Amino acid sequence: MTHQAHDNSYVSYLDYKGKHSGIWAWLLSTDHKRIGLMYLTGIMLFFVAGMSLGFVMKTEMLSRGETLVDAQTYNALFTLHGVIMIFLVIIPGIPAAFGNFFLPIQIGAKDVSFPRLNLFSFWLYMAGGVVALSSLFLQGGPIDTGWTFYVPYSLRTNTNVSLALLAAFLLGFSSILTGLNFITTVHRLRAPGMGFFRMPLFIWALYSTAWIQVIATPVIGITIVLVIVERLFSIGIFDPALGGDPILFQHLFWIYSHPAVYIMILPAMGVVSEIIPTFAKRTIFGYKAIAFSSLAIAFIGYFVWAHHMFTSGMSDLARIIFSLFTFLVAIPSGVKVFNWVATLYKGSIEPRVPFLFVMMFIFLFSIGGLTGLVLGNLATNIHTHGTYFVVAHFHYVMFGGTVIILFGALHYWFPKMFGRMYNEKVATVSVILIFIGFNGLYFTMFILGYMGMPRRYWDYLPEYQLLHTISAIGAYILIAGILLMLHNLWKALRKGPKAVQNPWGGVTLEWTVPSPPPLENFDEIPIITHGPYEFPEAKGVK
Amino acid sequence: MEITHTHSKSHTGYGGYVLIWLILIGLTVLTVSVSGIDFGNATLPLALLIATIKSVLVINIFMHIKHEDKIFRLFIGVALLILIVAFVFTAFDVFFR
Ligand code: HEM
Repeated sequence: MTHQAHDNSYVSYLDYKGKHSGIWAWLLSTDHKRIGLMYLTGIMLFFVAGMSLGFVMKTEMLSRGETLVDAQTYNALFTLHGVIMIFLVIIPGIPAAFGNFFLPIQIGAKDVSFPRLNLFSFWLYMAGGVVALSSLFLQGGPIDTGWTFYVPYSLRTNTNVSLALLAAFLLGFSSILTGLNFITTVHRLRAPGMGFFRMPLFIWALYSTAWIQVIATPVIGITIVLVIVERLFSIGIFDPALGGDPILFQHLFWIYSHPAVYIMILPAMGVVSEIIPTFAKRTIFGYKAIAFSSLAIAFIGYFVWAHHMFTSGMSDLARIIFSLFTFLVAIPSGVKVFNWVATLYKGSIEPRVPFLFVMMFIFLFSIGGLTGLVLGNLATNIHTHGTYFVVAHFHYVMFGGTVIILFGALHYWFPKMFGRMYNEKVATVSVILIFIGFNGLYFTMFILGYMGMPRRYWDYLPEYQLLHTISAIGAYILIAGILLMLHNLWKALRKGPKAVQNPWGGVTLEWTVPSPPPLENFDEIPIITHGPYEFPEAKGVK
Repeated sequence: MEITHTHSKSHTGYGGYVLIWLILIGLTVLTVSVSGIDFGNATLPLALLIATIKSVLVINIFMHIKHEDKIFRLFIGVALLILIVAFVFTAFDVFFR
């Protein structure tokens, strides 16, 4: 609280004048906070683009036959929607935006270890985004392979597959560089006294994630190169007509893309571990269990990739082994959920907006996780594979999990990042709309999938009509909620009342610096003498 | 910053680097030339063996890991372990189809 008195006597990172001015003061800034904010802007813009594509798809599915677009356009829509949401929104997502902003502050550092590399990875991200979108307008047209680029179709289609793959390649590089930066920063720049077990759990999550980024991402890089080479020179790596092995592509793709789902979810789990103690005014239950479960998820996450391929025709032995390991990953995930709930027990809970997002997360993510068991089981997988059941499952985990927490993190740290406060009532209404809309949109998809509605289809049989209609209405409610939320934040950004330094009574280091923080975060690097979640009083900290 | 010079004595000299480079080129030529010969079941292990020798040289000499702290070796060990997992688990499919 001491900083509040001289709130006006410092220059915040937003007002700081450096070598460059105007837009260049941002685009060439090596300040981790500005870079984080630029990522956040990019991610939110791409999210809105992806959401708009989702809106068009749902409107197409409102009635049978052609409602809005033709079949080929629908193919391009779900592919582009998938590529944007995966590679441009949730893989960079929380680490690139909030990790960049808060990792140095939470460990008591002035910046990341390699600030220029950090800026470079942002530039790679933008370059990847531009290349991905340019595939829309160039000859050949938008790709129609689905976001998974499965061969042999991705070798045969005349759409711009190579360009989209190049985009994914650039984005992968960006992700690797961020990961390297975070690993080094965590090892080298922790404030004096901050041992590994005094780090906030968000940092543990980012650290585990960074390892996946560094180790797994090169695999997709090389796979992409192989597909491009195969397209250009027809060597016979993946193409069965030339003696290649198409299932090998699926292995290589998922050796990266499955660990990548942990790149998406672990940082979100880290944010949850931050928000829960703050709003329960109680130290986290099972600190070490949560920290190690992040590492365990990161590690076991490498042993399960082929559960995406149970019906591909791979060997029975592989199917049994991968199914077994899939069930094992549920253990560390369960450890986390139980510890969060145990933290709430006898806490003095303040259900404010970020906390509501966390509650929504626990509910939606649990449904996503439990339906994952249906998919991980060999017998039931055959029935549900390739249906809307899968579409529902991954929206529950990725959207209900990661994106909901991206929104939650935004509401939690918004006052810190911008020094302004949003209208909490409007935010609460948006949370309720999002919750209702989300379940309307996707829960119906579980039932549709169970009834046999295949994914990636532009048309359907009459018996699916009712559920498709409910699902579309859910989508509209959801989108309305999201737009309301964004509007509320936008208004707060421009005209919101000034936020205090510590509006929620949090105890991690970011709450000890002014809102918005000054250029190098700390006048003096703090000395850490205790764990991250020690609340001075059990109740009533405001 | 101070760390940069302390290890430099134990680093390989220029001559050493050139030698390793030549060995790597030699091994690459070997890989390409044996790819035309059919060794039956031994083809894959042979190619992997040559690749392993090459990466051991690159990691130890060019990446200086030979002269670095234990923690870096631990990191590389973890990465290698995961690579082996990827190979072995893929083999559960490819060799048992
Ligand atoms: C904002 C509202 C959203 C709507 C209305 C929406 C709707 C849809 C629809 C209708 C499909 C195609 C289903 C099919 O025909 O197979 C789809 C696919 C997909 N969605 Fe979403 N979605 C939304 C948000 C998200 C988010 C936030 C993510 C990820 C973070 C995401 C990731 C994906 C992926 C990966 C696919 C699969 C694409 C493919 O099959 O290649 N979506 N979504």
